[in-house]
Parts: sequence; structure tokens; C-alpha cells
Amino acid sequence: MSEFDQLYREVILDHYKNPRGHGILADADAVAEGQNPLCGDEVTVSVRFGEDGETIEQIGFEGRGCAISQAATSMLTELVQGRTATQVAELPKEALLDEIGIPLTPVRLKCAILGLGVLKVALHRSKGTALPEEWQGLSDDFGLS
Amino acid sequence: MAVTIPSKLDAATLRSDFPIFEQTFHGRPLAYLDSAASSQKPRQVLDAMTRFYETSYANVHRGVYELAERATAALEGARGKVARFVNAPAEREIVFVRNATEALNLVAYAWGLKNLGPGDTVVVTELEHHANFVPWQFVAGKVGAEFKVLDVDDDGHLDPARLDELVGEANVKVVATGYVSNVLGGAQDVPAIAAWAHARGAIHVCDAAQAAPHKRVDVQALGSDFVAVSGHKMLGPSGIGFLWGKAELLVEMDPFLTGGHMIRSVRADRTTWGELPHKFEAGTAPMAEAVGLGAAIDYLEDVGLENVEAYEHELVAYALEQLREIPGVELYGPPANERAGIVTFNVESVHPHDVAQVLDLDAVAIRAGHHCCQPLMSKLGVVATNRASFYLYTVPDEIDRLAAGVRRVKEQFGV
Repeated sequence: MSEFDQLYREVILDHYKNPRGHGILADADAVAEGQNPLCGDEVTVSVRFGEDGETIEQIGFEGRGCAISQAATSMLTELVQGRTATQVAELPKEALLDEIGIPLTPVRLKCAILGLGVLKVALHRSKGTALPEEWQGLSDDFGLS
Repeated sequence: MAVTIPSKLDAATLRSDFPIFEQTFHGRPLAYLDSAASSQKPRQVLDAMTRFYETSYANVHRGVYELAERATAALEGARGKVARFVNAPAEREIVFVRNATEALNLVAYAWGLKNLGPGDTVVVTELEHHANFVPWQFVAGKVGAEFKVLDVDDDGHLDPARLDELVGEANVKVVATGYVSNVLGGAQDVPAIAAWAHARGAIHVCDAAQAAPHKRVDVQALGSDFVAVSGHKMLGPSGIGFLWGKAELLVEMDPFLTGGHMIRSVRADRTTWGELPHKFEAGTAPMAEAVGLGAAIDYLEDVGLENVEAYEHELVAYALEQLREIPGVELYGPPANERAGIVTFNVESVHPHDVAQVLDLDAVAIRAGHHCCQPLMSKLGVVATNRASFYLYTVPDEIDRLAAGVRRVKEQFGV
């Protein structure tokens, strides 16, 4: 397998070109937007809960970013559907990285987990679940104070 | 494709001074096209630092023994080289700092906190590197001053004739603009902007981090009040840069960092500040780094900055020609003869991270991202771009490999 194919597995290019769960939900219960500070990539994630108010019934995202970040977020939507907010908040990044299944350098790792982090921020705002380390202490405003 | 570059600069020969090029990546020699982020270092710089550590190292200034005097002479000798390099009227106007970012923060804090308040306006442009944007935005926010971001045209020019119109009646106290854009590569008309700032009663702060490696930075000709430069982009080591400032302003300013070395006397009730430049150099100085920067300046002066500038124009022209032939490549920035060795582009809809990743498989190193210029990215309507940047050791073959890599990106992503 060429180095390119090892990095950009067919499944990743497929998710990149045909993202699942694409689009922001009109009647979302939780929304968050986040950026990767290294490259400025943006992802917005929106979630609607089921009748129990906890289980993710539907998830939609939009974003601008590299193949890894967009494919990873697309895969994420399939991974978390049907899980509760608490379960997703506790979901280790390795669960998503296993799905992605390619070796990632530290820089690309941040691309891969951007969507997961933003989803956890959305759940935190809506349900008060735990934030991942890299999102702790970030204020919503511009932070000039 | 062969290219004849009619230059007085022999890049292939200079390249052998740079040990980094002796290794391979992915089985190929390194095509290092990221010098605008940081340049590689010639052996002359590395040797000068090693020699300093081996023969002249001690803490500077207060030692009375011979070794300490030797170290002090090395540090102050480097300051003298910097002063001559930028045509500073006095060596005491050169303050050693970690990098241009620290130099600009020094001015924003030490000048800004003392001189800015409500009703005042700080002016920057949307072209600025975050280093000359965020400190001003932050300090203006702290003191209640207005922070104004001026538009530039698509090539990145700020039109000095339109400054009054852009700024209006505001009470401008600081105009902070870059000399050479780290994204578009073009140069601003700094003397005209500085003159306008002075006519409005403001100071002019020039971020010359991207200019100093590529063209002559003459602080007296620029007419600015402060000029910030990083050493690591101009063949020097990381961890050293300098601020040049007009002595009369530096003298009136509060210190930035306080502590050892920057004092005249310390008592429980009152501390007074040392003379220039020591007032701004708290703590043990980056001595070996300063020596390395001095060696980098010697190297650049030997090659001739005019030759570097001319050679980079040739490289940019060649790169633009190569990339323009590839359908779907969007190029940003002014014509080749107006820029430093910087070419910024996008490849269809392929994200720059993916472009850079594929190029890396061929050992072609470029930068992908926002280049610490998010306001400019917004203006260009993108989140990120690719940037290939060149220096005096760049050879045309590396640009050929860049173009071949971009073609491969298009094939592999099917665009």
C-alpha cells in the first residue's frame, strides 16, 4: 500500500466526499462551534435528544477543514447516534481514533478529534456533562477581560 | 525543468553550509519550503554558538574575571552588529528579546499601558500577523482605547493616500503595521505610513520580522519609532530577536519585565531602572543566541541582502510560473518583483492540510494553515492556505518538486 493510501484510507475519502450527518439541525437541543487553533478549521455540531432528553436521536454538523477532520466528524455522527450525553462525554478519543484507523501525528490528531471535542462542548452546555481537557477554561466570549 | 537564474547568489553552494540538508526524509532529500516560518541555520552560526559555549561562556555584565568580560564582549559585540545591520543611531537602542512577538508585546505593554486610554485609537491592518494584532487589541481593551483594523487591497497593500479616509477623525496614538506580509509576501510603504502616523501625533510600530531576512531594514529610512525583528527567520537561532526603539521613547517608558539586571538600585521603598538597553533586559540574557544572531548577520552581509532579495524575486517568478500552469491552483498576492520569497496558494477544494500532507510524502515541506493571520484569511474568504517560502539556500529543483507534488495532490483527490 502506498503511503498515501495508508493515510487516506478509502473509507476516509468516502466520508470526506460524502459526509454523513451533514447539516445543522433546525430544532437542535444542543449546539456548539469550535476551531482548531493550529489551522483555524471550524466545526459546528448540533444535537437533538430523544424523548428521554438524554439519548442522541439525531446529530448534524457543518465545517470547513481537512479530509481528516471532516471525515472524522462524519464518522463521529455514526458512532454517537443512540448514545446518551453522559456516555458520549465519557467516550475516550481512542474510540473514534479506532474508527479512523490511520496513524496520526500529534498535529493531525487535533484535526481528528476536533468534532468530538465540539460535540462534548455542546453536551456540556446543554446537559452539564464533563468537558475534555483541551476545552477546559475556554471562555465563550473573546476573552478581553 | 531547468532554469537559469541570473543572480550573484549561488544557492547550490550556499546550501552546503546548512547541515540540515544532509539528511533524507521519506527516502528523499529535503525540499524545505517553509523558511518564512523559520529559516535553517548555516554551520557558521552553529559553530559560533558552540565556540562561545566552549571558550567564552559565563554570565555577563557583573563578573570581574576575564571569562565574564569575554562573555560580555561577545554579547555586546552582537548588539553592535545588530545596530549596524539596521542602521540604528545608537547601540543602546537595540533591546534583545526572544523574538518579534516579545518585542511587540514589550511596546504594547511598556509604551501602551502608560500612554493609551479612553478616547485614544490604536490602528492596525487586517494584514497583520497575530503578533502585531493581538497585543494591541488586548492592551487597547485593557485601557479602554479603540482598536481599529484597516482594510488592505487584495494584493495586501495599504494605500497611504487613503489613511485619513480609513481612519476618520479618531485620536490616533499608535499605528502598528508590518513591513513584509508573511502570507502575501508584499512590502508596505512604511516611510509613508510612519510619516502619516507622525502627522497625526501617533507613534509608528513596524513589525519587520518577515522583512529583515529578505531585504535591508534601515530603521532611519523607515521612519518608524519601533521596529521588531526575530532572529530565527534570518539564519539566527531560535530564542533571540530584537527591538529597535528611539532612545527618547525608550527612556520615558516603564519597563516590561522586571527583576535582575534591569535595575539601578533596589530598596524596600523604591526601585529605579537601569540605563538603556538594560532596563528592558531583565534576567540572564540569551547570550549564545545573541552570538549566533551576530554570526547570522555576518553571513547575510557576506552574501549581500540585495542579492538575497533579487534571488528571491527570481524564485517567486519561477514558482508562480510553474503553479499558474496547473489548472485549479489559486494564487494570492502581488507580482513577483514586489515580494519576498513567499508564494501562497490553494488547490481547488483540497484543504491545505491535505495538500501539505501529500507533499510531505515526497519530502516537500510547506506550511498549511492560517499562518497566524486569521483576519487576512477572512478577507480572502478562506480558513487556510498553502504557503511555500524560499530563502537563499532554495534551489529551483525544490520548486519543480513542489509543482509536481501539487499535480499529484490533484490526481489523488480527484480534482
